[in-house]
Amino acid sequence: MEINKHYFDTIIIGSGLAGCRAAIECIENGTVGVLSKLYPTRSHSTAAQGGIGAALGNEEEDSPEWHTYDTVKGSDFLGDQDAIEIMCYDAIPTIIELEHMGVPFSRTVEGKIAQRRFGGHTRDFGKAPVRRACYSADRTGHAVLFALYEQCQLRGVRFFQEFQVIDIVIENQAIQGVIAINIKDGSIHVFEAKIVIIASGGYGKIFKVTSNAYASTGECLSMLFRQGLPLEDMEFFQFHPTGLYGLGILITEGARGEGGILINGKGERFMERYAPTIKDLAPRDMVSRAILSEIREGRGIDGQDYVYLDLRHVDKKILHERLPEITTFCKIYMGIDPSEAPIPVVPTAHYAMGGIPTDIDGRVLRDVDGSFVQGLFAAGECACVSVHGANRLGCNSLLDTVVFGRRAGKAASSILKSSTKGKVKKERLALIIECLEMLKNNKGKETVASIRKELQQAMMDKCSVFRTEEELKLLVDEIKTLKERYKEIEITDKSKTFNTDLLEAIELGHMLTLAEVIASSALQRTESRGAHYREDYPKRDDENWMKHTLAFQTEKGITFKYKPVKITRFKPEERKY
Amino acid sequence: MIKYYTFKIKRYLPNETPKTRWDEFRVKLNNMERVLDGLIKIKETMDGTLTFRKSCAHGVCGSCAMKINGKNRLACQTLVKDLPEIIEIEPLPSLPVIKDLVVDMTLFFQKNDKVLPYLINEEPPPQRERIQSPQDQHKILESITCIMCGSCTTSCPVFWSDKEYLGPSALLKAYRFLFDTRDKATEQRLKAITGQDGIWRCHSIFNCVEVCPKEIDITKHILKLKRLAIKKGFKGGQE
Repeated sequence: MEINKHYFDTIIIGSGLAGCRAAIECIENGTVGVLSKLYPTRSHSTAAQGGIGAALGNEEEDSPEWHTYDTVKGSDFLGDQDAIEIMCYDAIPTIIELEHMGVPFSRTVEGKIAQRRFGGHTRDFGKAPVRRACYSADRTGHAVLFALYEQCQLRGVRFFQEFQVIDIVIENQAIQGVIAINIKDGSIHVFEAKIVIIASGGYGKIFKVTSNAYASTGECLSMLFRQGLPLEDMEFFQFHPTGLYGLGILITEGARGEGGILINGKGERFMERYAPTIKDLAPRDMVSRAILSEIREGRGIDGQDYVYLDLRHVDKKILHERLPEITTFCKIYMGIDPSEAPIPVVPTAHYAMGGIPTDIDGRVLRDVDGSFVQGLFAAGECACVSVHGANRLGCNSLLDTVVFGRRAGKAASSILKSSTKGKVKKERLALIIECLEMLKNNKGKETVASIRKELQQAMMDKCSVFRTEEELKLLVDEIKTLKERYKEIEITDKSKTFNTDLLEAIELGHMLTLAEVIASSALQRTESRGAHYREDYPKRDDENWMKHTLAFQTEKGITFKYKPVKITRFKPEERKY
Repeated sequence: MIKYYTFKIKRYLPNETPKTRWDEFRVKLNNMERVLDGLIKIKETMDGTLTFRKSCAHGVCGSCAMKINGKNRLACQTLVKDLPEIIEIEPLPSLPVIKDLVVDMTLFFQKNDKVLPYLINEEPPPQRERIQSPQDQHKILESITCIMCGSCTTSCPVFWSDKEYLGPSALLKAYRFLFDTRDKATEQRLKAITGQDGIWRCHSIFNCVEVCPKEIDITKHILKLKRLAIKKGFKGGQE
């Protein structure tokens, strides 16, 4: 087989916000190649709606210190406070820089970047909601992604679009490069590099109902895990409270930021009971639990399994100017006009707080002792710094991608000169090609679609907002069975050209690996914190569990080690809103 | 309500003979499901070789544009209940087909690269954000919603007959920067779009407007570009 070889000083996997932001730094000092499964602007960052957080204070008084406090509290005190502080203070210059790069933000009457309220963001340490989310209508991700991609083009970053990474090569505790398939013609490409930055995004497709794109399957995390590297805090997966009923399509928290309220089957604004101070703008973990509690207790709409997001009282002009996209979604997919009818919503799998453990400069950790993989970085949703801890606040994810994408890019550039060129060995390449051929030619009675469907259903039923030991144990067994069945899969498409059948089979293998890590991590954490709610352990247990989980693959199966939480300014307290 | 639909799909399999054929599939779908759901069902349960692009599945990424019952649309944004029982699907027209519903969009993206698709402003930036009034921001509001799905350019008869034409999508991108008060490359960009393959080739046929999944009035934007070009001394109809 003919192999195409490439060399770049830096290879970035993923062309969303984190990847593009990192590329803009790296191109200053060397050659950069960005690999993406999709055309770059189709990356899932583009679907982010409501905003990007920064205490600019354009609409009312605000401070990065309040932002830091809110993020720490929102994380249920599991976020590392040194990293959170960096993010919230870096937020201001980072957003200004984005504006200078051309992001078409919505504007205040004075012509400054407009800001709106978002869940869990408050003034004066929790007193009342504050306008902190900078936005471009409800297409903020799209606006930022396009600007960053455009700047990458201007600066000469080389994009390899529709290239799927099949191996991240680490030898002797240092990155060597990556191996990818050119989807268009099935050819194999080896990219050797001094630096690799993983910015591959999330993996919401592991769940049945999700706001995530089909591409969000998480294979890069699994590739590291299978090589013995740890994954951090994988038990924490965020369910966004307001997904369109039956579809999971995201309705931005900005809708509540602009005055929308949640109502149950009795017409009550139930969030008043769960979060008396900030009500519908409570953090997502709490709102999702509240919605599902209402439904469980029979107070869904007409006793069914959804509630309403009511925007009927919101000024039509605001809907039109600030929430046009979600208004259109409601019309297209539900046949309703949100200015006239309430929107049926239910929580939808949305965001992975856990991921590849990194330090504050994106360096990928090898173990709890703080050692690194030489030359390997990660940023964005695939990484766990950890700034989101057990629960991410809305509009902090876009912020995370640009702040840490930038930092990772800078840190990578700073070691470029002293780094050696990676080398992908022939044996390694031969092995991955052999695996690929085996998968392609495998005979068996199982299909990718059926195993994937069962996995997504099982994760939804047993590992979503409410969890118990009994169900998680069943889930781990179920995933193990699915992994066995995966060995029996047979794919139909045998061609080299745009073989999505094969690519989906590769993705599924990695999804199964990740699912087991998520379920096992959830099983071992016998407390409730942030998005991880154990009905059999409903209280937060700081004494035993104020620590990060690091899951490792070993010969004995998945094992765990722990890393302390960095607490600087804010001592853990009861989380009330 | 659940109903059967017949999906008639134009196949293109480069390694088979004949390369092109029409296949029919009967698919059961409910009234909330989209053409994309139908395609996925076919791939999952009937023919794993059926190939199409997809990602966000709710009309924001632009991956799944294709010709559905004669009109370019996003498969993820087209509900089957709004279509007749027979749904005819082809790849986007006038671009080379790679496989089935997947077209090679290289040419489409290259057009974009020609209009200097990035903000250009060499003045040292201020400490804080550049000031832009809401009215000025509104001038580019429609144009920034473009998702580059390719529906417009591949529906344009001028593009069909002349692949050198920049086409509606790239011109809209030019508009997005020319009318952004922060951009300073007016002359440069106007030069790029007023040549023989640029704005003057638009005959206001409105096909692009009809198919745009984001409902952007692209022709209106091109008209404004023409007006701006005239105002700045770039004459039409000349070499």
